Amino acid sequence: MSLLGLHLGMAVLWAMATGSLTFPSLLMGIFVGGGVLHLLGPVLGDPRYGIRFYRAIALAFFFLWELFASGIRVAIDVLRPTLSFTPAVVAVPLELRNEAAIVLLANMVSLTPGTLSIDLSEDRSCLYVHTMYGEDPEAARQAIKHDFEERIQEVFR
Amino acid sequence: MNWVELIAGVLLLAGAAFVLVSAIGVVRFPDVYMRMHAATKAGTLGAGLMLGAASIVFGELGITVRSFVVFFFLLLTAPVAAHVLGRAAYYAGVPRWERTKLDELAGRYDEADGTPGELGRPVQRGDDIPYP
Repeated sequence: MSLLGLHLGMAVLWAMATGSLTFPSLLMGIFVGGGVLHLLGPVLGDPRYGIRFYRAIALAFFFLWELFASGIRVAIDVLRPTLSFTPAVVAVPLELRNEAAIVLLANMVSLTPGTLSIDLSEDRSCLYVHTMYGEDPEAARQAIKHDFEERIQEVFR
Repeated sequence: MNWVELIAGVLLLAGAAFVLVSAIGVVRFPDVYMRMHAATKAGTLGAGLMLGAASIVFGELGITVRSFVVFFFLLLTAPVAAHVLGRAAYYAGVPRWERTKLDELAGRYDEADGTPGELGRPVQRGDDIPYP
């Protein structure tokens, strides 16, 4: 993460060099900076920075999509005449060790379809998740691990 | 009326609809955890769509940036609030809906400090504690 400041500096520099300090030019600068740091990463001591940067962008878009899907799904559930859920509290063992990564995972879990993080074990090895669709607890566990934990791990590694 | 206003209007209405649905969900859902589901997800999405409408209709950098920042802080705080409320409710022993199928957190609280205790190991399949 040490290259993040340099990255932001490059984005501002790009916007100033193109003569327009506007949102699109800043965005463009961020992407160009990402490309430059992807090439320079090995020299600057973080060879995976470029890959992690693009993984983070992909994760952000995936998350926005999931948030949208989750809103639609909650809306359908609320407006359906009968309540047909099988809620369950499921324990999800965590592979993530970075605290920021765990916070990110817990927040994403809370904002995506049918799941809400309730608690984290004291040693941070296990996240307890309340799910509205707990017919198959094992599937719910695997969905969180596969959809979010693996992607977050790619960004923080 | 031009296209920009039309798109912004659709986004505003959709956002308002999501906020309304989330409010109905808070009333309709049977227990506190499911109410948290309704309040967090649909509410955040609704507020996000409204902020999107604002930044489209004004089309200024300052307003777009502020909308992004507001949305970012919503994404940061709404799940934390739901998490804290859900956790407090669980710890205080608020009853779950009777159709709750499985509760792997049951009996894991350390009464002394209020954190789930004895948890060095990953939870295995056989560990399921039946809901009473």
